[in-house]
Amino acid sequence: MKRVYVNEEWCLGCHLCEYNCAFANSDLDDMTKLKGVKINPRIKIEENNSINFAVSCRHCDDPICVKSCITGALSVNDGVICIDNEKCVGCYTCVLACPFGAVMPTEDGHGVAQKCELCTKNSNKTPACVEGCPNRAIVFEER
Amino acid sequence: MNYVIIGNSAAAIGCVEGIRKVDTEGSITIISNEKYHTYSRPLISYLIYEKTDEERMKYRPDSFYEDNNVCAMLGETVTKIDAEKKTVYLESGKKVPYDKLLNATGSKPFVPPMEGLDSVENKFTFMSLDDAKALNAAINEESRVLIVGAGLIGLKCAEGIQNKVKSITVVDLADRILPSILDNDGSDIMKKHIEEYGVEFILSDSVAKFNNSVAELKSGKTVEYDIVVVAVGVRPNVELIKDAGGEVNRGIKTDERCRTSLEDVYAAGDCSESYDITVNQERILALLPNAYMQGECAGINMAGGDAVYNKAIPMNAIGFFGLHIITAGSYDGEEYVKSTENSYKKLVAKDGVLKGYILIGDIERAGIYTRMIRERISLDDIDFELIKEKPQLMAFSLKSRKKDLGGVSE
Repeated sequence: MKRVYVNEEWCLGCHLCEYNCAFANSDLDDMTKLKGVKINPRIKIEENNSINFAVSCRHCDDPICVKSCITGALSVNDGVICIDNEKCVGCYTCVLACPFGAVMPTEDGHGVAQKCELCTKNSNKTPACVEGCPNRAIVFEER
Repeated sequence: MNYVIIGNSAAAIGCVEGIRKVDTEGSITIISNEKYHTYSRPLISYLIYEKTDEERMKYRPDSFYEDNNVCAMLGETVTKIDAEKKTVYLESGKKVPYDKLLNATGSKPFVPPMEGLDSVENKFTFMSLDDAKALNAAINEESRVLIVGAGLIGLKCAEGIQNKVKSITVVDLADRILPSILDNDGSDIMKKHIEEYGVEFILSDSVAKFNNSVAELKSGKTVEYDIVVVAVGVRPNVELIKDAGGEVNRGIKTDERCRTSLEDVYAAGDCSESYDITVNQERILALLPNAYMQGECAGINMAGGDAVYNKAIPMNAIGFFGLHIITAGSYDGEEYVKSTENSYKKLVAKDGVLKGYILIGDIERAGIYTRMIRERISLDDIDFELIKEKPQLMAFSLKSRKKDLGGVSE
């Protein structure tokens, strides 16, 4: 299955993936409206001196977040680990369980969790973070 | 193959999903004394304060039993397992034969003898959907509620009913709240936070006598109540296995394949013990993720597959009135503590690995710490200064990141 993979050596640390993620998962019609907004993307850059890389859900074959979810809000659909916001109560057992730190609380006050769903639930169809990456530091492919 | 599962909660569902990974044909029967479609037990407090409802708290979709070709015998109580005849006997008189059996009977509230408790009209425990419905029906804005027990269940109950009742008093014999998951400092932070919502704590004390809407405490204090919730702890449901001759310690003894000492009988969930790798001891880890993973492991093995469950650790994610806690592992070792006004962090290391942690407030990416405990990652292989600062993959080696993020297998 195609996943988002990271080529750490090419990452510029430009944070465009974060903005493209936040925009793809927003209701906004224009990305410039994110100016001045504190975004909470599902992909996040780690940076330290000259090392940068993006982290988002790995869509594990044997996902411990799904097994740990107390509500059944997390499930696997055709290999994509999805979250049902209606079922989630925001206990954050998934945050406790994810080995990559790739599941996170939302910041919109609803108190639920969010994660990368490979843009399957928004209008983008393929991952917006990858499309906008200027240096192919993240790619969407089979490995 | 004929699989029978006693229970219908996380361990049972994990077992069904484990079996179906290996065997799509065999017949599966679930027997549960509760009449409900599988539901998430920890959600009962969220049900009372209406963050969920009965429909959404279903642990799996309505089509689950049909999709997995499961015969669900709901509202049936098992009275006996005959491991020789490979048959379970039901209260209704029915007999159900099995080839492989899972005992996922969970736990029950422990109600200690307390003088006058029998005379308390409105007394409740807080474990099941029926418990929550009964409590919810009994409370109103005039209710003065006395909760006996300041553990996870008692305080989740307090949070659930807080905006529907007049007052809540929590009494506990321990000198701090949430003693099973927090240290003293963490308990203090949570206590202050919960008190801001009007919940009153009386600690290092216990009820000597319930007497006509007044609880007389050992210290001489009195608490007036209309409703009593007993939440002092739970006991594993081990009787069926014990009576069948299976080995039982505090919980049902299982090996790393989740087998009991009885042939072709497995156990999983709150009724059973797991091997906690952070203390090297068999113990009951009554946690939903643990139950699911034990159940899944049992299911795979019951169906002839090969699975081991050998990475069990205590772990909890829980919040009260908007303040979140994530904890894992055990707390005996060298400590690193950092607290700010709104957050608390404790990391505990021993024998060259991370053994446990407590996070309050800032809980983001806690799973990276959990993974270090579960995988027993040597602290020599990571940058501990970075890990102390926050959970981050930057602290791991480039090789490790290539594997995690780049899909490079070696």
